[in-house]
This record gives sequence, structure tokens and C-alpha cells, in this order.
Amino acid sequence: MNARERLARFLRTDPRDVGCDEAMAVLHVYADLVAHDAGAATERYPGVAAHLAACGPCREDLTGLLAALSGDV
Amino acid sequence: MERVAGLDDESAEWLRLLDPSAADHRAGLDRLHERLLRIARAEVRRRTARIVGPEVDDLAHQAAADAMLAILAKRDTFRGESRFTTWAYRFVILEVSSKLGRHFWRNPPAPLDDEQWERLPDRLGVDPHEHAEARHLAEVVRAAVDETLTEHQRSVFVEVVLHGLPLDALCARDGVTRSAVYKTVFDARRKIRAALVANGYLDPSVRQEESS
Ligand SMILES: [Zn+2]
Repeated sequence: MNARERLARFLRTDPRDVGCDEAMAVLHVYADLVAHDAGAATERYPGVAAHLAACGPCREDLTGLLAALSGDV
Repeated sequence: MERVAGLDDESAEWLRLLDPSAADHRAGLDRLHERLLRIARAEVRRRTARIVGPEVDDLAHQAAADAMLAILAKRDTFRGESRFTTWAYRFVILEVSSKLGRHFWRNPPAPLDDEQWERLPDRLGVDPHEHAEARHLAEVVRAAVDETLTEHQRSVFVEVVLHGLPLDALCARDGVTRSAVYKTVFDARRKIRAALVANGYLDPSVRQEESS
């Protein structure tokens, strides 16, 4: 990817992106879905998936929650 | 407490334990706290190597204690949309996030006096071999920022994107929500992109459906 393509990718915003509050509000439901089938999570919550693809801190929270769950079983 | 319909056995057992009228309520609280503490410790370690030794424990204890309070205060709002443990662990993960944001300021990097626009290409992962294009890119973005962003959008964009300040650290410092900071950067990205498409630097045909 060249410089311009990288910039374009960074600036691109997804109109489906629901933002942090809405993503965090369903993070537990989303995480349980991901734990079973990542595709099902994206399908049921496309706006949350779009948000997690763009928001590092929320994605980090999901990763942490999934790590906690995997240690739990 | 109202019984949540269709709950798995383990979640139902947790709800029973958290009911203050349960004979083994105290033991249940201890068990939950022990788990939250274990998760908080692992999460602090997973996220940062900057915190070590007793500070990890300190932070983990605070996160577990605050998560415990939140869980007890909100347990009646648990609707069984996930397993109880997933719902409960979310609180401790979010506590670790916000506590790390605050902790950042205990040992912050040296403040930057100027906006370091030459850092932008690096922040975007541009190949260092492309230095001529990288310099040009930094200039056009800077011009778009000057021309389209509000003062607030500009300062958040500079701190988060250019200087790499963690979002949660900015939230802790300014007393704002992550959601508000994210939205500010989101709007800034959208406005910069529109300006760069308008002046021909970026190709409008790429992902046009997402620019609305
Ligand atoms: Zn977010």
C-alpha cells in the first residue's frame, strides 16, 4: 500500500459505525457471539463491527474480554 | 430477585449467589471478587509492559473493587442476553481501561511544544522509503486541517493522531468520555477526507459509499 492509499484508509469513515457508547453497551453480547462464531457477531451487529474495526480502544476492550472468557472455561 | 428466563445453569447460579438472602451470599461475593481480581491482573499485564511489580496489583485491586460495586449496583439490569460472567467481566475490563488512562499521567512522556507534522506519515505506517511523498502528504493534510477543522477538532486530532496520545489518557485528563473523543476524531477524519477529495489529492471513487 502506498502513502496515499494508507492515508485514504485512515481517513475513511464507515457510516454504519455506532460509536463507543453503543458498542460498549452490547460488548458482552457481542463477545459471547464472537466466542462462538465471529461471523454471527458481525451479522447481528454490523454497526458494532464497523466501530470495532475503527476504534482501537474499544477493540482492545473486546480483546481483553475474550481473553478473560477463554481463561474462564 | 426476579428470575431471568432462559438462563444457562451457571448464570442462574451466579444470580442466586449474588442475592443477599442466599445462605452462601458472602462466599459467592468472595468467589466473584477473586475472579475479577485475576482477570484485572491478567488484563493490566496484557495491555502494558510499562507497569510492573506492586503497581500491577494495586491497579488490579482497584479495578476489581470498582467492578464489584458496579456489578452489585446493576445486577438487576442483567437480562440474560449473554452469560452472566461475560456481562460481569465487561465491568472489570472497562475499569482497567479507564484506570490505565489515568495511570498514564503518573509518568507521562515529555510534552511536545509544537505540532509535529513530520510524524504523520510514520503514524499512518507509510513506508520510510517514500519520503518525498510522505512529506507532501503531511503538508496536504496539514493544509486540510487548517482549512476545515474547528479549533477543538484540531487539538484533539493533533494529540491523538499526530502525537499518539492514548484516547483513554485524554479522557482521564480532560474528564470527557471516550465516545466524545472518538466522535471528534471521526468528524475530523471525515472533514479532512472531503477536503482532500475536493482538491484532487484523494480519489473520490474509492469507497464513495462510505463518505456520506
Ligand atoms: Zn470506541
